[in-house]
Amino acid sequence: MDIVFAVGFQVMSGVATLLITSLGLAIIFGMMRVINLAHGEFLMLGAYAAILSARAGLNIWIAMLVVAPLVVGGIGLVIERLIIRRLYGRMVDTMLATWGLSLALIGAVTMIFGNTVAGFSAPLGSFAIGSFTASAYALFLIAAAIVLFGGIWALLRFTPAGLIARGTMQNAEMASALGVSPERVYAVTFAAGSAVSGLAGALIAPFSGVVPTMGAAFIAKSFITVITGGAAMLAGTFSASGLLGTVATLGTFATTPVFGEVMMLVVAIVLLRLLPQGITGRFFRRSL
Amino acid sequence: MMDVAELVSGYGRIGVLRGASFAVVRGECLGILGHNGMGKTTLLRTIMGLLACQSGRIRFEGRAIERLATHQRARLGLGYVPQGRQIFPALTVRENLLFGGIAKSGGAKSGGAKSGDAKSGGAKSGADDILARILDDFPELKRLLDRPGGALSGGEQQLLALARALCGKPRLLLLDEPTEGIQPSIIAAMSERLHDLRARYGLSILLVEQNLDFIRGLANRALLIHRGQIGREIPPAALADPTLVEEFIAAV
Repeated sequence: MDIVFAVGFQVMSGVATLLITSLGLAIIFGMMRVINLAHGEFLMLGAYAAILSARAGLNIWIAMLVVAPLVVGGIGLVIERLIIRRLYGRMVDTMLATWGLSLALIGAVTMIFGNTVAGFSAPLGSFAIGSFTASAYALFLIAAAIVLFGGIWALLRFTPAGLIARGTMQNAEMASALGVSPERVYAVTFAAGSAVSGLAGALIAPFSGVVPTMGAAFIAKSFITVITGGAAMLAGTFSASGLLGTVATLGTFATTPVFGEVMMLVVAIVLLRLLPQGITGRFFRRSL
Repeated sequence: MMDVAELVSGYGRIGVLRGASFAVVRGECLGILGHNGMGKTTLLRTIMGLLACQSGRIRFEGRAIERLATHQRARLGLGYVPQGRQIFPALTVRENLLFGGIAKSGGAKSGGAKSGDAKSGGAKSGADDILARILDDFPELKRLLDRPGGALSGGEQQLLALARALCGKPRLLLLDEPTEGIQPSIIAAMSERLHDLRARYGLSILLVEQNLDFIRGLANRALLIHRGQIGREIPPAALADPTLVEEFIAAV
């Protein structure tokens, strides 16, 4: 019985991690059809923002939950102005540009802070499930994923800003003819997606370690999750991270972490072969 | 109210509008009649700023607008009911209408979810007012409010597109072939509705159409668009008689 709980808890925290680290990418891709290959570096910048401000004496929760998203959101706003804005509708060019950006960010951070792993201990203890102990921080991560996902969903579903975002996503030309500036919507969306990535980076920092190249470990998984999810960005990311996170965690339990990720990739490939439009190309089509 | 002078625009290097000039007088409904491919839709898209104007001038209420972005033109008081209606398919009818009023209700300015209770309450009631008022004018949309826009019939979508444009309280309404793909019985009802709304909202209308009956029923005067240029005014006598109109078009 204990092992069922323990495995279930691991699966949930695996899914939560995948969901958190994919949401920023999903928002930017889902709303703007921009594939941000610097997504992993946005996570990394969030982690650095959190660890540096915590070292400077700031409360660790404020550093993680407030400073990290604000800093990376601001960086996102600048990057949208300087680079992304010029490349709307040119998917391949955006991918190249953001890939270059990713290399530049890794280089810059390495130059400033060095290529060393910075420690960042999980700010919570552990708790016991029967004879197993689990990290309380993983529990917090699961809660954070739920709150973050629910918050974004509610924002899109119930607020005027969400209505503007959804309408512009469906028909930007008509939105502008009704008095909404799509450029502004895109700028805000990119900044919001960046902020979510920054928050995600801070949240995963305690167990991933903070290093300039940490983004590389996440970008591929996030990317696969978003593509497997398909057109409906929230329902898609949710269902895809639920499925792939479960497969990866169970695979890890049964074999090794490496095989867990291989199994996740195989499932994603098979799924995309069967459903080329992603999960939400077939199911939950009307969802957000 | 609006002056268009020597307007040139098109897609890529293919010129569609080739020096179109005309004026809309305040309070009138000006019809522009033309066959397919003569530049009707291009004309409205250029006025709206969805297509760049290559040369020429557009003045709206004394202001040069040809270099403004589309959303700025909309905020100045241009309402647009495009060809194909362009309903947001995955938004409900209610959300489509709210979107139409969003630039006016101040909803666009409350950027986040937590913009002070009093303020968001105010914006909300503004949006609700607009919605209530438009539903008085379009009672048939009431029972459809929670349906996705994409699930509506062509006629219902046309009404919704019109209602959505009116939510923004435009002073000049641009109508692009509102009768396209609509049943004749609904066309008659729509003509009547537009008459009614014009009087009530003090609207000026620029209507491009190839349906002669519809133009005749609604427009105060009609111009002919031919190969990207606006021709002479069609004499009212000719407008009343389809064969005379055909002769007039042939003579241009």
